[in-house]
Amino acid sequence: MKTSNSEVSVQANAREARVKADRPAETKANNIFQLDGEDIPFRPGQTIMQAATHHGTYIPHLCWHPDFSAHGSCKLCTVKVNGRFGSSCTIAAQPGLDVENRTAELDDKRRTLLQMLFVEGNHFCPSCEKSGNCALQATAYELNMMSPHFDMFYPDRPVDASHPDILLDFNRCIMCALCVAASRDVDGKNIFYMGGRGLLGRRVHISSESGKLADTDFAVTDRAASICPVGVILPKRKGFAVPIGQRTYDLAPISKQVRDTTP
Amino acid sequence: MNALINATLFPPKKLRVATTSLAGCFGCHMSFLDIDERILKLIELIEFDRSPLTDIKHCGPCDLGLIEGGLCNAENVHVLREFRTHCKILVAVGACAINGGLPAQRNHLDLRDVLEEVYQTEPGLSHGGVPNDPELPLPLNKVHPIHEVVKVDYFLPGCPPPADAIWKFLTDLLAGRTPTLGHGLLHYD
Amino acid sequence: MSDTDMIDAVVERHHRDGARLMQILRETQEQLGWLSPSTLTAIAEAIAWPRAMVEGTADFYSFFHTRPMGRYRVLWSDNITDRMLGNTDLMQAMCKKLWLEPGRVSEDGLVSVDTTSCTGMCDQGPAVLVNYRAITRMTPARVGEMVGLIRSEMPVAEWPAEWFSVDDNIRRKDMLLAHDLVPGQALAAALERGPEKMLAEIRDARLRGRGGAGFSTGQKWETCRNAEGNGSNAAHYVVCNADEGEPGTFKDRVLLTSHADLVFEGMSIAGLVVGAKKGLLYLRGEYRYLLEALESALATRRAAKLLGKNILDTDFEFDIEIHLGAGAYICGEESALIESLEGKPGRPRIRPPFPVTHGYLDQPTTVNNVETLAASCLIAAHGSAWYAQHGTEKSTGSKILSVSGDCERSGIYEYPYGVTVRQVLEDCGASDCQAVQISGPSGICVAEGEFDRRIAFEDIPTAGAFMVFDETRDMFEVARNFAHFFAHESCGFCTPCRVGTTLVRNLMDKIARQHGSPYDIDELFKLHRLMQGASHCGLGNSACNPIFDTLNKFRPAYEHRLMSLDYEPAFDLDAALSQARQMTGRDDAAAHLQNEAEA
Ligand SMILES: Cc1cc2nc3c(=O)[nH]c(=O)nc-3n(C[C@H](O)[C@H](O)[C@H](O)COP(=O)(O)O)c2cc1C
Ligand code: SF4
Ligand code: SF4
Ligand code: SF4
Ligand code: FES
Ligand code: FES
Repeated sequence: MKTSNSEVSVQANAREARVKADRPAETKANNIFQLDGEDIPFRPGQTIMQAATHHGTYIPHLCWHPDFSAHGSCKLCTVKVNGRFGSSCTIAAQPGLDVENRTAELDDKRRTLLQMLFVEGNHFCPSCEKSGNCALQATAYELNMMSPHFDMFYPDRPVDASHPDILLDFNRCIMCALCVAASRDVDGKNIFYMGGRGLLGRRVHISSESGKLADTDFAVTDRAASICPVGVILPKRKGFAVPIGQRTYDLAPISKQVRDTTP
Repeated sequence: MNALINATLFPPKKLRVATTSLAGCFGCHMSFLDIDERILKLIELIEFDRSPLTDIKHCGPCDLGLIEGGLCNAENVHVLREFRTHCKILVAVGACAINGGLPAQRNHLDLRDVLEEVYQTEPGLSHGGVPNDPELPLPLNKVHPIHEVVKVDYFLPGCPPPADAIWKFLTDLLAGRTPTLGHGLLHYD
Repeated sequence: MSDTDMIDAVVERHHRDGARLMQILRETQEQLGWLSPSTLTAIAEAIAWPRAMVEGTADFYSFFHTRPMGRYRVLWSDNITDRMLGNTDLMQAMCKKLWLEPGRVSEDGLVSVDTTSCTGMCDQGPAVLVNYRAITRMTPARVGEMVGLIRSEMPVAEWPAEWFSVDDNIRRKDMLLAHDLVPGQALAAALERGPEKMLAEIRDARLRGRGGAGFSTGQKWETCRNAEGNGSNAAHYVVCNADEGEPGTFKDRVLLTSHADLVFEGMSIAGLVVGAKKGLLYLRGEYRYLLEALESALATRRAAKLLGKNILDTDFEFDIEIHLGAGAYICGEESALIESLEGKPGRPRIRPPFPVTHGYLDQPTTVNNVETLAASCLIAAHGSAWYAQHGTEKSTGSKILSVSGDCERSGIYEYPYGVTVRQVLEDCGASDCQAVQISGPSGICVAEGEFDRRIAFEDIPTAGAFMVFDETRDMFEVARNFAHFFAHESCGFCTPCRVGTTLVRNLMDKIARQHGSPYDIDELFKLHRLMQGASHCGLGNSACNPIFDTLNKFRPAYEHRLMSLDYEPAFDLDAALSQARQMTGRDDAAAHLQNEAEA
């Protein structure tokens, strides 16, 4: 997860090279759609998000991750496909689609969605270890979110410090369920699960009777330990390791760090 | 910058600015002073009304009001309203004004419990009972950002916003542009 | 029997099948009162599911409790029609008599009183559920008696039987409710024709879904029939959607009460057409009281060779299982319903793929409304030509309306499609009508100038709700009740609906407190635009419909309440000093804040 500046750009360059090299071989000429007027080639079976990401074009997203199947919950990736709204992380790419992405209309909606996520949780970035490396924050910067706009909910959500190596601060959870997918699909442990209903009820459950992480076989080496896009699942004793100015999104905006595989 | 902030573009009248710190830490004001020698340029264009930088006690008619800090008590609400009444443009400066910031982390506690603990039960603290001097402003049940009470025209995030961001923001505003910060200047921390 | 043995027995009865989790949780809770952490662990182990998944399901549904909720749990149906019949005062009186705050369990663990979404008794409210048994027509006297019975800990089963009576209130019959079919008649006709010809009849009859979306039933069945089963458990399924959660709708309740055979027969016909051996009826938890009667109707059909192997001595095999829901409106949405059938939280799936190709257990599944399936029997028995003579060109057949609110005769009205709103109002004895909410909160609010519009897919489509509001009603309060409904029922999966429904509810409450401003009205419009386009399912997409309609058609009802034209604080400033006043004992002028800024 931790990537320094130079690694990012090296990866970006490598990706560009690979995309260029791959393109003729893997995509047929007619497997192309339009994203904000740009030609995006795709392989059959790819979603709009996958194809755009592989191509190096940024579509805002939070709950989608290249290593996992789409969850489709955050709706940051909302685009207009042939004039109709839809989630680009779940819609299959098809030849000739006309997709709008970074229009003022869509970015306005995305900014409102971000504001919703900010007010429903407790996001005090100055005291959050994820600050500077946080996808929610970086996406909000990208979309020029200047304020939370809505009235704050200030919910009372738990912190779980029971585990020796990992801290869970659910005040920052955005319900993306990536931890659920990582623990289930990669770690084979099913430690996290999304439950509850509605605004107040919805939350991540921990698979133990006490509800505490310490009472599970969770390990700091689990994929789920490093998947959280925000500051919920944090390694202990590693706080604020990277100085301000050097953190992931200090170096370049999130839209300039499009990666289609995890580092 | 001089080309932008050009006397021919602006009427000779200086922009009247008021600033205040509500439930904040003065960090934003300090950052404002950090714009260093640029403040000299700014001083040619603006003059201060009520502000910790002046001794004026009440805000008069102003062009611009800069608010640091959120709303923690009744006094904060009065000051904020005074600013809103007198300032044509009101700006929330810094995390605390924008989302309550650090002071708002008390919001998951019941104020009654907090007061009781601080003034009555907690060993090592004064046990004189909760002070009821009418001179003291009463705390609000919860800490609130300022946009929950008055209309805010612009937001300048950061904890504190970097001096460069403040400079960019003010010069944009003075030049009649919608302020934009962009990568590197827009920060929530 | 120890708790462990009891849990074991329940799980065993359901073949340790995780897909039966909802039933396992309900039956366990019926015996133990609530679902404790150790109960959930035991169930998880018995069905070999991760514990968090079991807890996730238990935590999702309103009628499951992961905390003790009292030996008597009273839930007041809180639809706008219950409100109009005075449920608020009755509930308050009940709480007062019991020394209770709504939502809290009494200290002795005896009782809790709370509200719940519409229980489908709008024609005979105010209604309550007591330990999930429906009781209708609450009165102040009944409240008093009920409190007495609760205090004396009389088992609910021994309460006065007439409290539990639910009337059909059928006021107008047409082709469906006046049918003269005997059990087996329609199914025999379908078997006679064979699946392909039967499908052709459905298509030619131009039958469309009665559950709201109005999708062509023929097309749905055909796609399902043509879809290959997936994997080693390849099969096709028929699901009957009896979730009937849309406030103001109660026609499926009546069909299941008095025409259950028709519904089961429709499911069987669908099974024949799509090639399914199994049908699942998803019955909303509020209709728990119907379960035993429905089970016995199934048993009768099995005995009559109308279900099971070799139906009517052919080689057609089909049987039906009933799944009970547990208080979640979202489970009416077909993919959420399927998740629930599989024992999971009712979260709408990503579509495509649609249920017709990847539904229950990932197999091709047709999900149809109760009324749609019942109507298919008429087509089987009388043919498409006869059927299509009724109704209009684009909307053949009839529609059953659930009429409630300000009228003399609330109840069930069946009309051929094409009937005008005005006609229905006349028939039900509605005078001085101001507006009708058609198809429930997610439908449309029709104002006086539009009463000549028609109930039909080409004009006003409806799932059946028809709530009447006379001139004395405040349409803002109607919309606010609906806003609360959606905030309560949002499944919480996607951002726009999870947060948006609560923001809308809060804004409506703010306006109701007379603290609103035109800024707040602009916010409502903005949220409507966002949620309509960006939500994951129909709930979020339509959650602002009642706000949007009433803002357009009854704007003054909002404007009367606005505090001023200026921006207004989000919260009550003076009340925000209450705790400090309490702690300091101060009440001087400086200990208060005026809610309006001094000029
Ligand atoms: C939030 C929501 C709730 C719904 N509730 C119901 C319901 O209670 N009953 C129903 O038949 N259909 C309901 N539907 C529609 C179903 O998704 C589905 O379209 C219907 O069951 C299909 O049956 P039909 O084709 O016979 O109408 C609901 C849809 C949504 C989005
Ligand atoms: S999770 Fe991200 S947005 Fe939230 S407080 Fe931490 S850095 Fe800020
Ligand atoms: S804990 Fe992190 S990864 Fe898990 S749902 Fe919340 S935000 Fe997503
Ligand atoms: S729109 Fe609402 S009900 Fe539907 S998936 Fe989203 S949160 Fe759930
Ligand atoms: S990225 Fe598509 S919905 Fe979250
Ligand atoms: S006082 Fe400036 S950020 Fe808190």
